[in-house]
Amino acid sequence: MYSLNYHRASSVADAVKLQKKGEDAKFVSGGMTLIPAMKSRLAAPSDLVDLAHIAEMKGIKVSGKTVTIGGGTTHAEVASDAKLKAVCPALTYLASHIGDPHVRHKGTIGGSIANNDPAADYPAAMLALGATIITNKREIAADKFFTGLFETALKDGEIVTGVSFTAPAQAAYEKFRNPASRYAIVGVFVAKGKDGVRVAVTGAGDEGVFRAHGMEKALTKAFAPASLEGLAIPAGSLMSDMHASAEYRSSLITVMAKRAVAKASA
Amino acid sequence: MGIEGIGARVARKEDRRLITGAGRYVDDMVVPGMKHAAFVRSPHAHAEIKKIDVRKAKAMPGVIDVLLGKELKTDGIGNLICGWMIHSKDGTPMKMGAWSPLAVDRVRYVGDAVAIVVADTKGQARDAAEAVEITYKELKSVSEAVDALKKGAPQIHPEADGNLIYDWEIGDAKATDAAIAKAAHVTKMHIVNNRLVPNAMEPRAALGHYDKAEDHYTCWTTSQNPHVARLVMSAFYNVAPENKLRVIAPDVGGGFGSKIYIYPEEIVCLWASKKTGVPVKWVADRTESFLTDAHGRDHVTEVQMAFDKDNKITGLKVDTIANFGAYMSLFSSAVPTYLYATLLSGQYVIPAIHANVRAVYTNTAPVDAYRGAGRPEATYLLERTMETAARELGVSPAELRRKNFITTFPYQTPVIMCYDAGDYAASLDAAMKAADYAGFAKRKAAAAKKGKLRGIGMSNYIEACGIAPSAAVGSLGAGVGLWESAEVRVNGVGTIEVLTGSHSHGQGHETTFAQLVADRFGVPIDSVSIVHGDTDKVQMGMGTYGSRSGAVGMSAIVKALDKVEKKAKKIAAHLMEADEGDIVIENGVAKVAGTDKNVPWFQVALAAYTAHNLPAGMEPGLKEGAFYDPSNFTFPAGCYICEVEVDPETGVTEIVQFVAADDFGNIINPMIVEGQVHGGIAQGVGQALLEGASYDGASGQLVTASYMDYAMPRADDLPSFQVSTSNTPCPSNPLGIKGCGEAGAIGSPPAVMNAITDAIGNNDLTMPATPQKVWAAIRAAKKH
Repeated sequence: MYSLNYHRASSVADAVKLQKKGEDAKFVSGGMTLIPAMKSRLAAPSDLVDLAHIAEMKGIKVSGKTVTIGGGTTHAEVASDAKLKAVCPALTYLASHIGDPHVRHKGTIGGSIANNDPAADYPAAMLALGATIITNKREIAADKFFTGLFETALKDGEIVTGVSFTAPAQAAYEKFRNPASRYAIVGVFVAKGKDGVRVAVTGAGDEGVFRAHGMEKALTKAFAPASLEGLAIPAGSLMSDMHASAEYRSSLITVMAKRAVAKASA
Repeated sequence: MGIEGIGARVARKEDRRLITGAGRYVDDMVVPGMKHAAFVRSPHAHAEIKKIDVRKAKAMPGVIDVLLGKELKTDGIGNLICGWMIHSKDGTPMKMGAWSPLAVDRVRYVGDAVAIVVADTKGQARDAAEAVEITYKELKSVSEAVDALKKGAPQIHPEADGNLIYDWEIGDAKATDAAIAKAAHVTKMHIVNNRLVPNAMEPRAALGHYDKAEDHYTCWTTSQNPHVARLVMSAFYNVAPENKLRVIAPDVGGGFGSKIYIYPEEIVCLWASKKTGVPVKWVADRTESFLTDAHGRDHVTEVQMAFDKDNKITGLKVDTIANFGAYMSLFSSAVPTYLYATLLSGQYVIPAIHANVRAVYTNTAPVDAYRGAGRPEATYLLERTMETAARELGVSPAELRRKNFITTFPYQTPVIMCYDAGDYAASLDAAMKAADYAGFAKRKAAAAKKGKLRGIGMSNYIEACGIAPSAAVGSLGAGVGLWESAEVRVNGVGTIEVLTGSHSHGQGHETTFAQLVADRFGVPIDSVSIVHGDTDKVQMGMGTYGSRSGAVGMSAIVKALDKVEKKAKKIAAHLMEADEGDIVIENGVAKVAGTDKNVPWFQVALAAYTAHNLPAGMEPGLKEGAFYDPSNFTFPAGCYICEVEVDPETGVTEIVQFVAADDFGNIINPMIVEGQVHGGIAQGVGQALLEGASYDGASGQLVTASYMDYAMPRADDLPSFQVSTSNTPCPSNPLGIKGCGEAGAIGSPPAVMNAITDAIGNNDLTMPATPQKVWAAIRAAKKH
């Protein structure tokens, strides 16, 4: 790691101010992606502005079916929230399967979404839940937020302060993990809400997280694993690496989607 | 045996220190004035060094010096060597290319060290290392051994034409070819043994300290054999004469073979300490460990096994290409020859065997012994071939093996080894019973109902350890003898120190060795201390590898204990005015057999040191040393049975049962032995399912250079193992010990692969059997 200046922000406004001052200042929340990149000297920000101690960005609110989660809420906090589990167990399950206990106690939902790693879990949930991403400047629909590999609609100085969504009637997440990193090779989040079924896939798309519209259509007609029979995402739009070819990923998407539907229906 | 003696499940004495974070590793060592080093490493797999500009780096904050290979050569530091001479079948000696501790004009793999930067802090050293400007001319590289042998492949060392280090053979080619020609059935296989990264928990480290006043060097290093390190650094690398060099290997966090060898970094740190006038510490980061620790395995083999009409094996023909990487590491040459091909008879009567081995340079990290070293490669090809043969012949894999077992001992194989004792059917029976082999069909049917493919596979391994008789290995080309030393010092109050040339880096010697002593004199193990890992404290020794510390290291202690006991009995007899032959020492007292006369152990010791009342002419003191040279290898063997369930939709393999039935000879501490077997199987399962080092074909970059891409086994990848032993004592050493350190890693990979291939009905599967590969193999099987 190169030497740099560390700042602990006390509020969102403070964070924005601190980030502006730095020459090449970066926000850090849990640091689960940025710190390893810095340790291997692949990232060298001049300043780090730590968002992990901002009280206004923490906590989970559930009111009826409406859920709001602060951007600074850790995966462990999401995983263990009883009220959230009562309305959206798929999301608490997802959070409980991110990384390992160390990661879950440091990493945050806002950090994960803002980073938009193509193999991260939360982006699939946000897309499938039709969530709204709340920043210090505006509210952005998940469909508009994730724009590519590690790319989002966020502008410089913009911070994900929280997310909100309406809990779906049925939902489930199924992940196929990379045997080494245990990131998703394929993760499929299926959610059945009042406007129909949404299916989002992470880990596989060559442009990051995406919705499987064909599967959504079939499942809106009949929410059952059998509806996905013969449906596959073409390999041409999928990533290929030493751990999983595009063909393998394509097959896994259908398998994971079927399993998610079965789980959501159970 | 007593509650702490031989055979007792004593909790490990060293664990309090090690698991509470109180262990002291090389990185914990601090010397006044100590500075920190970073190495500048080649980013290219193969390139000429055109120019090195250190001006910018030298001007960086905190930088003390930047040193290069040219200066190292000027100071007379020697090249790294391989210490085992192998001759090709045409009689020519192996072709060893020069390995300079710092590359001078050419780099040959990604990670090759080019310069050392010494600075006040580790961060400053790393910053400056990035500022060293090197102009390279990139050359074509090759990472697969098979490709390196092809015409037109890049020439890596001028000494080794066509990248061929040696072309060696063992056995009878004519008889083997004849057996194959006459065979009723021949099973042929193409076997790949995947390249592994050792991944010890503690990365390699070195702290070099040159003391100008004494003209003396001290090297703290992560070594499995500090004395060998001192010998080699003195005799071959010209760092310092042995009497001016102290090597200390303190707590070492795992080695698995990778810390046997002397690497460039410890040599360079010692030299740099003299050069700069400050103690120099280097600790590898994990990326450096991936790139530069000696890797393991990496064999490609064609095998033919011939059977007569009664399914008896009549011949075995093996043709192996072994990847040695960019340089010949210390024991690399022995691994695919005398540690591999000499075990190709397995547990079977095979009248004719022939093996040909070609060792090859490539632009990859050096390859050397890794837990099992040659024996896993031999076992893997034999046991996969046996299982495949059984499938082709339509007979039970267990019965095909049983029919071919060696049953009379000693048994002279056609490939040098003479097995001294064993009962292979006993292990097979024990494993089949524990695994409920007979009930498999029922379990397979139940799994099928859940949509899972269930398979079962076995592996009957043998290995040679207790390495090794010095004269024998000398005649085979070894540059050293492989005996071991011990000194037993009884203090004036009866406590005991044992100085051993073995080195513990996870094996639990502080406990098992103490148990041996406690057993002999009936004293508590807490009164016995094991001293190891420091060339200034301990007499010359050969270190720990090849499952040798029980069979060889403890045998040396036994010899020293015999001498101590003899003298103690003389003293006790004198004190009690009894006959020496009537004295027995047990439960902490020396007594006259058949009487109530006794002297406490500590009084015997005290008498030796006060010397007020000793037998006439006896020297004071109670301290004896011994060297033990084994008369044969030892031959642990066993049967492993693995049962898996494969998810045909995803290709995921779950190990649902794993049974190990081993024959380790006599056992000192069953709990430690079980721990060794568990760890060994975990590594073997890792090789079979998860691990595989992979270089990019075009660039020669190590693709699996972090845990993001290199999959190590985690607890939830493994089942609960069912382990047991049925032991035949080893006849060649005083304790009857065979050794247990490597068995798990040797026996398990073929058992796992045989189980998966049984489940999916496709034999064409290589390690690691990742979900992707298994999924593809299932699809390929369906097409046929």
